[in-house]
Amino acid sequence: MILQNLQNDFKGSVWKHEIDVRDFIQSNYEPYDGDEQFLVGPSERTTRLWDKLTEMFKTEREKGVYDAETKLPQSIDTYGAGYIDKDNEVIVGLQTDAPLKRGIFPKGGIRMVESALKAYGYELDKDTKTIFTKYRKTHNEGVFSAYNDDIKAARHAHIITGLPDAYGRGRIIGDYRRIALYGTTNLIEEKKRYHKRIDIQEFTEEIVRCREEITEQIQALKQFERMCASYGFDVTRPATNAREAIQWTYFGYLGAVKDQDGAAMSLGRVCAFLDIYIQRDLKKGLITEEEAQEMIDQMIMKLRIVRFLRTPEYNDLFSGDPIWATASIGGMGIDGRHMVTKTDYRFLHTLYNMGPSPEPNLTVLWSTRLPENWKRYCAKVSIDTSAVQYENDDLMRAELGDDYGIACCVSPMKIGKQMQFFGARANLAKCMLYAINGGRDEMSGHQVAPMFSPITSDYLTYEEFMPRFEQMMRWLAKTYVNALKIIHYMHDKYDYEAFEMALHDGDVERTRATGIAGISIVTDSIAAMKNCKIRIIRDETGLAIDYKIEEGTYVPFGNNNDETDAIAVELTEKFMEYLRQHRTYRDAIPTQSLLTITSNVVYGRNTGATPDGRAKGVPFAPGANPMNARDIKGAVAALSSVAKLPFQHSRDGISYTFAVSPSALGKEREMQADNLVNLMDGYFTPHGGQHLNVNVFDRELLMDAMEHPEKYPQLTIRVSGYAVNFVKLTREQQLDVLSRTINHCM
Amino acid sequence: MESFGTVDGPGIRFVAFMQGCPLRCQFCHNPDTWNPQGDCQYELTPQQLLEEVMRYKSFIAKGGVTLSGGEPLMQPLFAREFLARCQSEGLHTAIDTSGAYCTPNALAVLDHTNLVLLDIKTMNPALYPVLTGARIENNLRFLDELQERGTDVWVRHVVVPGLTDDDHWLHELGRHVARYSVVKKIEILPYHTLGAYKYEQMHMAYPLQGVEPLSAARTQEIRQMLSAYKPTL
Repeated sequence: MILQNLQNDFKGSVWKHEIDVRDFIQSNYEPYDGDEQFLVGPSERTTRLWDKLTEMFKTEREKGVYDAETKLPQSIDTYGAGYIDKDNEVIVGLQTDAPLKRGIFPKGGIRMVESALKAYGYELDKDTKTIFTKYRKTHNEGVFSAYNDDIKAARHAHIITGLPDAYGRGRIIGDYRRIALYGTTNLIEEKKRYHKRIDIQEFTEEIVRCREEITEQIQALKQFERMCASYGFDVTRPATNAREAIQWTYFGYLGAVKDQDGAAMSLGRVCAFLDIYIQRDLKKGLITEEEAQEMIDQMIMKLRIVRFLRTPEYNDLFSGDPIWATASIGGMGIDGRHMVTKTDYRFLHTLYNMGPSPEPNLTVLWSTRLPENWKRYCAKVSIDTSAVQYENDDLMRAELGDDYGIACCVSPMKIGKQMQFFGARANLAKCMLYAINGGRDEMSGHQVAPMFSPITSDYLTYEEFMPRFEQMMRWLAKTYVNALKIIHYMHDKYDYEAFEMALHDGDVERTRATGIAGISIVTDSIAAMKNCKIRIIRDETGLAIDYKIEEGTYVPFGNNNDETDAIAVELTEKFMEYLRQHRTYRDAIPTQSLLTITSNVVYGRNTGATPDGRAKGVPFAPGANPMNARDIKGAVAALSSVAKLPFQHSRDGISYTFAVSPSALGKEREMQADNLVNLMDGYFTPHGGQHLNVNVFDRELLMDAMEHPEKYPQLTIRVSGYAVNFVKLTREQQLDVLSRTINHCM
Repeated sequence: MESFGTVDGPGIRFVAFMQGCPLRCQFCHNPDTWNPQGDCQYELTPQQLLEEVMRYKSFIAKGGVTLSGGEPLMQPLFAREFLARCQSEGLHTAIDTSGAYCTPNALAVLDHTNLVLLDIKTMNPALYPVLTGARIENNLRFLDELQERGTDVWVRHVVVPGLTDDDHWLHELGRHVARYSVVKKIEILPYHTLGAYKYEQMHMAYPLQGVEPLSAARTQEIRQMLSAYKPTL
């Protein structure tokens, strides 16, 4: 293929003949081994913009939303140019025509748009409503026209929750770098070439669909050209300097968040890519370090103000306006060179230049072989801000190579080559209770799952429980994957991500990501069944509603006890195997995650008492965490337990949210950073843990923030898989965070 | 007993607490480790303890192992064998000792010790026996022995208000250790009352009843003062 107008002074050859961003990066990036001394503070312009936004955030916090659209459905080019303060912006582009104004995405579901608007005192325009009820079917409507009774009941009973059936599914990362490297003309030509290639002998349903999708992708790229033109940029050709490269790449991301309100809209892996342009301009004397940092700061600032309009119920699950603009930084190359560049430092440095922030979701791909300077800087940033998460590059690189990125919290995917059908999660703790109660829900008493035989003995034994649990897991897996087939079929049909997919290869690999909530509860319950005498307490209808451990004790998950930890490993593998028994939509590869995000609170609220001693309504531990305060042997033991969970059966990620008191890390600051590095090196061995949210604080700080939120507008903490402004959490969630283990010893 | 620490030597360390101690320090926060026949959590062979350590190797690769107590040199044969095995696995080894034993067996432990955390309770020869129930001579001899062997030492000093916090004896400590090139650091440990509950559990009178913990400000001041002699921690 002939690619036009490339920046041919860059090295490498493959990328000059086909779309291959990785080849461009590997041929041109410069690993940086130095320390953070070169970094500079924010420019005056950046500070002025951030101050203006900070004022607006106050209003937003009070009102819930700053402003919202009520009429125009969102698309890439719905709006013309919008600015925060044009004269001070070096990187431009807003989702709508004004900062913090939230657009509407009725293609996902009109009812959700209507009720979200209503919740904040806005009314949906009548004509818009008519169009999306009378003339244009939505994703949500499509899904509900196909759901069966089983799925509806499971959804209603909260055994399967958070399904993306009323809004965008997200977790798709467009390769936004392609716009900067190639320009849209080349990308459109490539799509046309692919369209011709799939003109094959026999048209299957899949081929027909692909042909239609490619055409939609080309149209989306053209819409995108118009959007960029409204800001005065010609993105049809490749970027020629650092500013254009950053602007083009950001425009790519902006196009995605204008087009889709996906649950997670992640950025991908852009640092080394952008660093190549910045280094070239620095060497030519075209820009200074101050200007380089200013552009990065301002790009990051834009990522901090992406907003979606959500219903209060959604916020209850995922608090604090998360959009998961996950930016993957660092990591190793497969040739053995590390991929830390100065721009990776510049990204983390935004947390100082503009203060801590939950977005973008800064994610360091960790390897024990990364340069010590970088590791220490990361640790320092974590100690100062608690705003960074870490994922095990040595574990993931083996399969995913060195150009993958994290979508959402923990989901790795090859940029531009893989996409995911996001599937939220199933409540495994509830499934355990259904097994005991023969499919009746322990909260409502309703028969939700098939009427399998319940346990009728007075005491709960492993021998009676396990066969019933296997049966119930099989049912749950089936119901769950069927729901996902419907959801993704309808999403492709009614709310296809044409723009994001335009920034993927034609032959894209798909995964289907399910998830488990409550792994530590089920593990502890089974450990209790094996080691203790547990009396079942039933109500007058025979429904088991509580459990009393009468004799014996068990060692909970999170204390590096091989016997208990093996249960968690076995459960993960077992449920994954049940999922693998089913065919998938579009032949996606089945995966799962151990992740709850902040929904662990709502899961707990909707789940009855469990045999491990957890009372009805008490929050689950987030993700793969040990249950709150049951990991009593210190940080190292807890990390060792979680590190045993098998990534090969939980390819979509294993989330561990960890908090440590600064004093437990050591007496002096330098030492604290070194010890945090050692702790992560210990956890992220090539077969070790996949993910770690690192929080460094004492409980007293959070308690003070609860009482005096006005003092802590930017206090950021890591919850399961993302960071959040602590003061934006619901009170219930704040209390949950407070009840978590904060490690005071190693 | 075992735990992980960042305060008993450099880096993240596996800390094993051994039962039994010849001293009876008034400010001891682990009186439950005094009695050599006392209740132990575990009774392990050196090899068994090593196997437990190796479950955490990735975390302590840059830190190491510390034998603490009680007094680890009260069981010198065990200590020596265990530390030798740790060293052969490439781990950094430390002992936390009061230097009360200068027997050949105790000194032989040093063959496999990379770092000694040496408690010097006080430089005041009159106070030492009152404070600890033992005499100061062994403690001083132990440091000489370390100097001779060239084994690195961090000197630890617990500062108890009213007992060991007067400037004269603190300077005396500084001057004394400044003469030893093997001493790399002086670690100031502010007295705290977190061990008091153990005395209650053991139905023993708490000897320092009513003594307030050392303030953070004073701790800082002492660190500053002694940094004239050696780096302080």
